[in-house]
Amino acid sequence: MSRVRCCATLVLALILAVPASAKPYLPADDSVVLERLPEKIDPSLREVKRLRAALERNPNDLAVAARLARRALEAARETGDPRFLGQAQAALTPWWTQPDPPGTALLLRATLKQSTHDFDGALSDLDRLIARSPRDGQALLTRATVLTVQGRYAEARADCARVAPLAVPLVAVACDAAPASVSGEAASAYRALTVALAGAPVRNSADLAEWAYTLAGEIAQRRGDAAVAEAHFRAALALDPRDPYLLAAYADFLLEQNRAPEIIALLKDYSRNDSLLLRLALAEARLPDAQEAFQAHRAELKNRFDAARRRGDSLHRREEARYALELAGDATAALRLARDNWKVQRESADLRVLAAAAKAADDTPALREAADWAHRNRLEDTTLDALLGTR
Amino acid sequence: MRTLLTLLLWLVAAAAAAHKPSDSYLTIERHGAEIHGQWDIALRDLDAAITLDANGDGEITWGEVRARNAAIAAYALARLDLASGGAACKLDAGDVLIDEHSDGAYAVLRLSAACPTADPVLSVDYRLLFDVDPTHRGLLQYVEDDRSYSVIFSAGARTHKLGTGTRGQQLAAYVHEGVWHIWLGFDHILFLLSLLLPAVLLRRDGAWLPAESFRGAFWDVAKIVTAFTVAHSITLTLAALEVVTLPSRWVESAIALSVVLAAVNNVAPVVSHGRWLAAFGFGLIHGFGFAGALRDLGLPSGSLALSLFGFNVGVELGQLAIVALFLPAAFQLRGTWTYRRVVLAGGSTLIATIAGIWLVERAFNVAILPAIA
Repeated sequence: MSRVRCCATLVLALILAVPASAKPYLPADDSVVLERLPEKIDPSLREVKRLRAALERNPNDLAVAARLARRALEAARETGDPRFLGQAQAALTPWWTQPDPPGTALLLRATLKQSTHDFDGALSDLDRLIARSPRDGQALLTRATVLTVQGRYAEARADCARVAPLAVPLVAVACDAAPASVSGEAASAYRALTVALAGAPVRNSADLAEWAYTLAGEIAQRRGDAAVAEAHFRAALALDPRDPYLLAAYADFLLEQNRAPEIIALLKDYSRNDSLLLRLALAEARLPDAQEAFQAHRAELKNRFDAARRRGDSLHRREEARYALELAGDATAALRLARDNWKVQRESADLRVLAAAAKAADDTPALREAADWAHRNRLEDTTLDALLGTR
Repeated sequence: MRTLLTLLLWLVAAAAAAHKPSDSYLTIERHGAEIHGQWDIALRDLDAAITLDANGDGEITWGEVRARNAAIAAYALARLDLASGGAACKLDAGDVLIDEHSDGAYAVLRLSAACPTADPVLSVDYRLLFDVDPTHRGLLQYVEDDRSYSVIFSAGARTHKLGTGTRGQQLAAYVHEGVWHIWLGFDHILFLLSLLLPAVLLRRDGAWLPAESFRGAFWDVAKIVTAFTVAHSITLTLAALEVVTLPSRWVESAIALSVVLAAVNNVAPVVSHGRWLAAFGFGLIHGFGFAGALRDLGLPSGSLALSLFGFNVGVELGQLAIVALFLPAAFQLRGTWTYRRVVLAGGSTLIATIAGIWLVERAFNVAILPAIA
């Protein structure tokens, strides 16, 4: 390690080690910049502010409220910042508790509910909306995604089949590939997805292509095809190098491949994001040169999980379980968190952390439960197979 | 089609919303009537609510914050109410300072408050930012007598009552109230005494004879006190949980009547055996009276069971103290003419008279005696 890097690491460790609240102070000069707002990095986010001002003048204008909620939801996706989710919900206040609001409000409400992991609430809104307009492709697509997260693959695929005549082929194929690839049809789902990707004009819908490449990368990774997964993740990164979801998925792939140094380069600027900070710390843990930064990041993660628990949040139990298992060395706590998380979310990443925690805690019934689920759903995931010792 | 694509992507990436959400940090320290505090509010949140970034360049400078000093304090203070003993406490804030938290810079307000009444309970009503971001939370650290509690305000929980003490202290407070209620509630004492006075005697062929053994007298008293206790515990609980509610004038009049009947029965006995049944029957009515007293104390909704239990225990302890004083003395005197004529007959007549006046007062809502019960 060069001296410059050594010093940089030390400085970083010192900065991060400063307790959350030092002494309040009076800044020395008017020109001191105290805070950089998200729109400094992405000027298009100014639109959120403009729409909020417009809505303030007329809070019951559903058209403005819906535009604001959509834009804020997009901003939450792009930045990983939950304040935008809160602002989207605020925009929908007049319709938030109505039993039967207009379709636009219902759809946005369901989307927000699922963003905060209120999957049952989201489903009940979507069921109502789809009962009202059975050919609402967006509602069907959203419901398929929620059902997939809950592990209800057959129902999800039935919704995707109904989406097919209502959307471009890539949307319908990707919709189906997500549940199909984790319920016994990984090979055919992957094939269909790559064919659809090859046939879709990326230029027109970069967001869609980025998402489909990410999904293809995840499926290839689960099937143990590292070279192909790498190519898909890189294609996705070329389309959007800052998508937090993609960065987390790619970092997990790199961790599996024991390519920790690349993760440091990938994530060093994203430490405000808890999920990405977790991956960064997991990578640093494996690098003798990065121990100082690792210690500081591990302490910071603990602070954030503690703070989330204090405010009553349970959104990041999957991440917290991984933290407990891999960074805090507390297998019992990890298993408890992984179990709680599994009650809500049933993606293959959730099963992986459940199995790993069960194994570390030497909990045979929990391990068998995980194995049974994988077997029953014909889940194909090489990492999970290695954990469960099934292959 | 455009919306279809966009929405799809929000869903895929939903789990990635992983920054720290909007929280404010409020500390309130209380020493008697004096209240000090500190309130840290994220500059980003204040910008969303009242726009700090005046030049719109996406950066908040100290100059921009300083220019909005008064507006920040006014905005925040209008969304926090403290009250003690039902009266609002006047809140003031010093000049804005800055502090760094793990997720960015916060405006720091130093608070001070003066409460007109020094009630131990401080009621805090928090309304900051819920309109801007319904997922916002206010994290309060409340410090009193070197003890510290944390409380979280959310859109669904905007008011908290603080300073009720630990559970042990709450329990002790209600036990204390129960004891004092029975000692200060003369109607309950007189009712109990009316039932206890004959306990050291036996009724044989229309005449009072001294009880043969302390043991027999003790069991007689134990049956009466237990029956009274069980009965009033039942109705106290039912009334406190609002399962059964009776008009208080009716209850208070019935209690006075119960004292009259119990005392008259000692002078002109109708019931001589099974006084415990009378204790049970009238105890049901007295329980409603206790419930009224408990309601006046204010029941904390979070610890209803605890306060009910504590109050009942207190009433019991108060009764036992009376019995412990009464029984040995009465047993010593039971064979004397004084006990039978002066204490039992004279005392019961006096009790019946007082209770009769209460009955008239309560039933017709007039004042005859100086208010003692």
